[in-house]
Amino acid sequence: MLKIKDLHASVEGKEILTGVNLEVKPGEVHAIMGPNGSGKSTLASVIAGNEDFEITKGTILFEGEDLDEVSPEERAHKGIFLSFQYPVEIPGVSVTNFMKTAINESRKARGQEDMPANQMLKLIREKSELLDIDRKFLSRSLNEGFSGGEKKRNEIFQMAMLEPKMAILDETDSGLDIDALRIVANGVNKLKSKDNAVILITHYQRLLEYIIPDFVHVIHDGKIVKSGTKELALELEEKGYDWLKKEPVA
Amino acid sequence: MRSAPVGVEKVSLYNQYTIQNMAYTEEELKKELETKEYEYGFYTDIESDTFPKGLSEEVVIALSKKKEEPEWMTLWRLEAYKGWKEMTEPEWANIHYQKPDFQDISYYSAPNKKPKYESLDEVDPELLDTFKKLGISLDEQKKLAGVAVDIVMDSVSVATTFKKTLAEKGIIFCSISEAIKEHPELVKKYIGSVIPKKDNFYAALNSAVFSDGSFCYIPKGVRCPMELSTYFRINQAGTGQFERTLVIADKGSYVSYLEGCTAPSRDENQLHAAVVELIALDDAEIKYSTVQNWFPGNKEGKGGVYNFVTKRGLCERNAKISWTQVETGSAITWKYPSCILKGDNSIGEFYSIAVTNNFQQADTGTKMIHLGKNTRSTIISKGISAGKSQNSYRGLVQVNSRADNARNFSQCDSLLMGNDCGAHTFPYIEAKNKSAQIEHEATTSKIGEDQIFYCNQRGIDTEKAIALIVNGFSKEVLNKLPMEFAVEAQKLLEISLEGSVG
Ligand SMILES: Nc1ncnc2c1ncn2[C@@H]1O[C@H](COP(=O)(O)OP(=O)(O)OP(=O)(O)O)[C@@H](O)[C@H]1O
Ligand SMILES: [Mg+2]
Repeated sequence: MLKIKDLHASVEGKEILTGVNLEVKPGEVHAIMGPNGSGKSTLASVIAGNEDFEITKGTILFEGEDLDEVSPEERAHKGIFLSFQYPVEIPGVSVTNFMKTAINESRKARGQEDMPANQMLKLIREKSELLDIDRKFLSRSLNEGFSGGEKKRNEIFQMAMLEPKMAILDETDSGLDIDALRIVANGVNKLKSKDNAVILITHYQRLLEYIIPDFVHVIHDGKIVKSGTKELALELEEKGYDWLKKEPVA
Repeated sequence: MRSAPVGVEKVSLYNQYTIQNMAYTEEELKKELETKEYEYGFYTDIESDTFPKGLSEEVVIALSKKKEEPEWMTLWRLEAYKGWKEMTEPEWANIHYQKPDFQDISYYSAPNKKPKYESLDEVDPELLDTFKKLGISLDEQKKLAGVAVDIVMDSVSVATTFKKTLAEKGIIFCSISEAIKEHPELVKKYIGSVIPKKDNFYAALNSAVFSDGSFCYIPKGVRCPMELSTYFRINQAGTGQFERTLVIADKGSYVSYLEGCTAPSRDENQLHAAVVELIALDDAEIKYSTVQNWFPGNKEGKGGVYNFVTKRGLCERNAKISWTQVETGSAITWKYPSCILKGDNSIGEFYSIAVTNNFQQADTGTKMIHLGKNTRSTIISKGISAGKSQNSYRGLVQVNSRADNARNFSQCDSLLMGNDCGAHTFPYIEAKNKSAQIEHEATTSKIGEDQIFYCNQRGIDTEKAIALIVNGFSKEVLNKLPMEFAVEAQKLLEISLEGSVG
């Protein structure tokens, strides 16, 4: 589904990704861990098509297609979703209105009509129940005045509404209380299928107890320095990253 | 001055109105429609009779004659004209433009076919077509129960609907020309009572030469059952528009009035100097909403309408006036809808969205004059600037020495798109009473790249993302508009910011 080859990306002349290789197949869950500032969010942004970063080398293929010339919105239409580490506020635009626009724009791109209002309502009801979201919440301005945890839960609500093929969750677990974490993880698990894939960026092993990853990767200084199975996450929890930083890359 | 026939001989001069056959081919029309720059840029070729260009006492008299006005009206106009001649056009720090040549404007132009229509079938098909292009088919309007339309086109009313329903309630809704003839006592009493005929340069000019406009009277205790709406269009090359609107809400009555305009694109500047006077007597309420979309000039800043408008309302005891406006058009807008809160406990409100793009300049705002006790005013102003435009808010809150416990809340928010535009806020506060409570809040923000990327990531392209963000920014004001107007206003915001991302 996703094939990243020797990806180098820089911002303002500073190289941040220094040769990432990663392959994600349908049905898989990948976890990406790594110290602060190692390039995890940058990788997510670059996959989503953020033009702040310049790709200096390497390729990203999504379902066999080179994404190089593909705009961020087209990537979204193709089924790439990013749950932001820091979701932005859009004052005066309600969650509902935002979702309605997003869904209809994707449908338009696929040559479909706008989703009928009753179908939209049904979808909203279903997904807000799945994530235990109070309906009042949906009429509030997007992310404005939301608590950290509310913002994250709202990101997953959006994911549920858009049903992407590949979801990248950038530290979605940070800021969630224990109950919320369980609800969100549950939601993600329910939406998982053999046809879609999830990339979890996280600092904590705890999330991985709820959403079991098939692979765990460690990023350091802009490249993946170690890959393994879920046991690697446990090892990291215990030992930290220092041993990996020192270890020369194979 | 008696009605000595000053210039009566000269009037014949104006009988030579040429029926202008506008050189406007099908091809040209198509071309103009194709360029998306000004979506409503088309021209209606309705035969019109037009005065030669120029302004003098004779022109004022001829105009009044042509409109078959009573003598008092002619004299009133002449006084205004004399006042105007002594005045000089004002200058503003934040607006730069080529001043109009007032002798190069024709002061009268009326559609030729002017029967009173009983039904839509009788209306000039070309006119109906025009409305269809504007997306306001009268057919639909008719069905949209609750909207009566008095269309002012090229200065003369050509169709009035729903008159009967209104008449049953004793509501008068007609052109001001008709009101001058049919209801002289009302017009005579109130015209110029809120905006004196020599109030300012443009108001004086309007008072002298106003061509037509709307008149509305709501009797005591009557709640007007529908939104009254007027669509204005400027339709003749080189024809200045001098509309005059007078709305009187008698004691305890209520009316919601909508004014909306679009204009064809022209290469020469068109002047518009309207006057709107509102009178809310004791316990009455007037809601006045405007969506204004005049041609703002092209990308290089050429052409476009000059909009110099004087709007003012007077509130008696416990009365309330709300001005709500969405301004997206005009090359230059100079406009300060104001409220004089004369009566105790009266309320004034001003909700405004002003969008400027390319080379547009807007200097808008409001004046709230607190004269009575316990008077309250609210000002919410949202300015959106893009391109190389300049958007200024200028607001005056004045509290008179006798206005105990007056309160004002003002909020001015500016949204900038790009680095070449400007937003300016000039709040003036004059409080002569210690008990006054005046609050002012102002914010300036820029549409963030991170906001746009966030939208992009959800599948929303940049153009749409901006429309979404702008609509969100303007929501508090959009919410004050009547439903069908709000939808139109949202569309306008989108159209006027199209292509503003670079
Ligand atoms: N727009 C930018 N301009 C300059 N530097 C940037 C920019 N974006 C990211 N960086 C830098 O790139 C490096 C990687 O940042 P990134 O956000 O990808 O880290 P991360 O692995 O997600 O860290 P964390 O665990 O703290 O979220 C950091 O040093 C950061 O300061
Ligand atoms: Mg990060």
